[in-house]
Amino acid sequence: MLANRKLILAHFWLAFGVFGIALTLGAWQMFIRSPIGTWLSNPELYYRSLTAHGTVMGYVFPTLVAMGFGYAISESALEQRLVGVRWAWTGFWLIVAGAIMAMVPVVLGRASVLYTFYPPLIGNVFYYLGVVLVVVGSWIWVALMAINLRVWRRAHPGAPVPLAMFANVAGSYLWAWTAVGAALELLLQIIPVAAGLKATIDAGLARVFFSWTLHAIVYFWLMPTYIAYYTIVPRAIGGRVYSDSMARISFILFLVVAMPIGMHHTFADPQVGAGFKFIHSAFTALVALPTLLTVFTICASVEIAARLRGGRGMFGWIRALPWDNPMMLALAFSFVMLGFGGAGGLINMSYQLDASIHNTQWITGHFHLIFGGAIVIMYFAIAYDLWPHLTGRELIDLRLIRTQLWLWFVGMIITTFPWHWVGILGMPRRMAYFDFGDPAIAPQALSVTFSAIGGFILLASGIMFIVILARGMRAPQVDAGPYRFALAVHQPATVPVALNTHALWVALMIVLTLTNYGYPIVTLALTEGTSVPAVYVGAQ
Amino acid sequence: MSARDLFTFRNSHFRIGVGITAAILIVTAITGFIVLPFAQHWVQFANVWDAICSAAGVPQRAANVTAPEQTKRLSEVVLTSHTLSRPSQEAIGRGATLAQRCAICHGPTGISRADSPNLAGQYAAVIYKELHDFRSGARTNAVMSPFAVNLTDQEIADLSNYYAYLPRPAAYHPTPQLPKPSIVIYGAPMRGIAPCGSCHGSLDNKTGSPWLEGQSEAYMKVQLHAFASGERRNDISQQMRNIARAMTPQEIEAAAAYYASQPPDVVKAVD
Repeated sequence: MLANRKLILAHFWLAFGVFGIALTLGAWQMFIRSPIGTWLSNPELYYRSLTAHGTVMGYVFPTLVAMGFGYAISESALEQRLVGVRWAWTGFWLIVAGAIMAMVPVVLGRASVLYTFYPPLIGNVFYYLGVVLVVVGSWIWVALMAINLRVWRRAHPGAPVPLAMFANVAGSYLWAWTAVGAALELLLQIIPVAAGLKATIDAGLARVFFSWTLHAIVYFWLMPTYIAYYTIVPRAIGGRVYSDSMARISFILFLVVAMPIGMHHTFADPQVGAGFKFIHSAFTALVALPTLLTVFTICASVEIAARLRGGRGMFGWIRALPWDNPMMLALAFSFVMLGFGGAGGLINMSYQLDASIHNTQWITGHFHLIFGGAIVIMYFAIAYDLWPHLTGRELIDLRLIRTQLWLWFVGMIITTFPWHWVGILGMPRRMAYFDFGDPAIAPQALSVTFSAIGGFILLASGIMFIVILARGMRAPQVDAGPYRFALAVHQPATVPVALNTHALWVALMIVLTLTNYGYPIVTLALTEGTSVPAVYVGAQ
Repeated sequence: MSARDLFTFRNSHFRIGVGITAAILIVTAITGFIVLPFAQHWVQFANVWDAICSAAGVPQRAANVTAPEQTKRLSEVVLTSHTLSRPSQEAIGRGATLAQRCAICHGPTGISRADSPNLAGQYAAVIYKELHDFRSGARTNAVMSPFAVNLTDQEIADLSNYYAYLPRPAAYHPTPQLPKPSIVIYGAPMRGIAPCGSCHGSLDNKTGSPWLEGQSEAYMKVQLHAFASGERRNDISQQMRNIARAMTPQEIEAAAAYYASQPPDVVKAVD
């Protein structure tokens, strides 16, 4: 039952529209700093573009996808009309207003601070206020997801919450708490300086606050993808979820251990004690657990589908899978990229190995492979799967869809693998220009050229994606039926209260945040003389 | 089933969830705060508490380290967003009167004919900083220092605002414009030299950096050599000294000749 299709479509279209713009900027950036581009002679334009690319891809695009998908899940999994539709539209328009408010100063070159803010760099105050509006808009969604689940629970006391909704609400709670770090940084530190009320800022404290947000935000981006793994893929390929409980435990683990790990981003920062770095490193290792559980469960679910289709043998069943089904293809691509990206992540999280790749292009390659690759390819799959139910029209050209997914996969591998490689060679990130004529870095020119070509393949794939969706708005009408989620092999009749509610796990998430972040934040905030003068972007 | 049934040790999920989380936290804390600090044999700790404080990042000042004695004066200028904002007409007028004593070198309209810097239209923050540094002795010059030594804070601000208020000389220098040398637009990344243009105009301007277009070639060369030799040391965090030291004589020539040949009216207009 999808009653508010317009609301969901609005979220998706805005998400994919801004995604298209940011993707174009990304391809241009790769080109301009590669040996095949002619240097612009203006680094400021590069950083302006980089700020827009990061802000859109980091804050606006995934948030809108999670929100639109969340509303769709709420209506179809709970089979009840969305409660608070007006509030949902308010949230949407807040994001529109916030995105515009943030992007105007960026376009004017008044906020080239990158999406990670990097204090003591200070841009125009409206950039930060715009980001705050985007976050506030998304918090409305968090509240609506909780309210809708509560309304459903009242009508169905004791019944197991559908897996999709359980995971969706877990994702929304994770986001609500994750965003608090950056919100504190913006409201207490950056905005007072950007508004001219203060002239100094504690950059070390700001970086700790940001690390609170910066890592767990990745798991918020990941949530729609994991929900698709568990609740869409098995249904789409004719299988069943291997274990409902295993799925719930994976999402619970994300909720608990995604938060207190962000300081592995500050391994090179002197203001954080080594003991806390170690604890965060150890907890980061734990995050591999829900991903390994998921890979196991989904492979088992897929195997069920293959055996139902007549697959035989130890590995022979893999051939029996419906490889012409875009969902199957997207899942396979996503897993391959998740595998490589995850392996790279294990290097980033370990204190000693990180030292060799910290702040190099390796990192940029890593998060593009995980987010742009493993996660975003499933966003495409979600859109393809939902589209007929939202528009009432069929997506006819499956070949085009498969080509698009192939291009995205190939493009992402060509982009990110050389990126990792030059990172190992020591190429720093966040650079507008490299002089490949210099003998010291001339051997890296070939890798960077490949990477830039990959960027254009991605752009082509992104354009195809938008064209497919746009054509889907005008295709012949079809009755897609109700939107359904995958069933488990043993569909649960009752679920233990701990696996059916979030309270215990949210409490653990908050407690772990306090134990792992409390002391460093309080000490830094109370230590005198740690602030430095702000550096105003574009100021004289 | 309610929260009361969940948040109790009778509930096995609660027991296991909280138990495992607490166990991991305790084990990692003991490892991170006690085991690993003592595993570093090259660091000496007085006791366990000392190791824990060190691993927690408690700010501490080592007793036997004293800050090196500073023999030369360093720049102490503090510039906030309010220091030079919105000068009144009177302030500019006072500056104009004071500037008469500068005219002999810097020209009656702020345009020098004596290989001194052109000041007309220079950023207020730049003049403000240099005058403060001349007054404090962070920068010294046989001609300039006596002029600056008796200026008050107000006079320095007024002079800065006056010169910033004057129009920039329009295409004053008659030499043909040279193409941008690579040191100006690319710098030399492998030697840690940022492009000149990223702070001094041609690419971008950073607060406190003067624009250089149309300035005297001889003056710029002398200053770069003075930074390189350490004779001039009023740059914050040694940023110009580090750059000038790493520059080759050819690069110094090229940068100075390029900026001298540029008309100042191409300087990016800023508020």
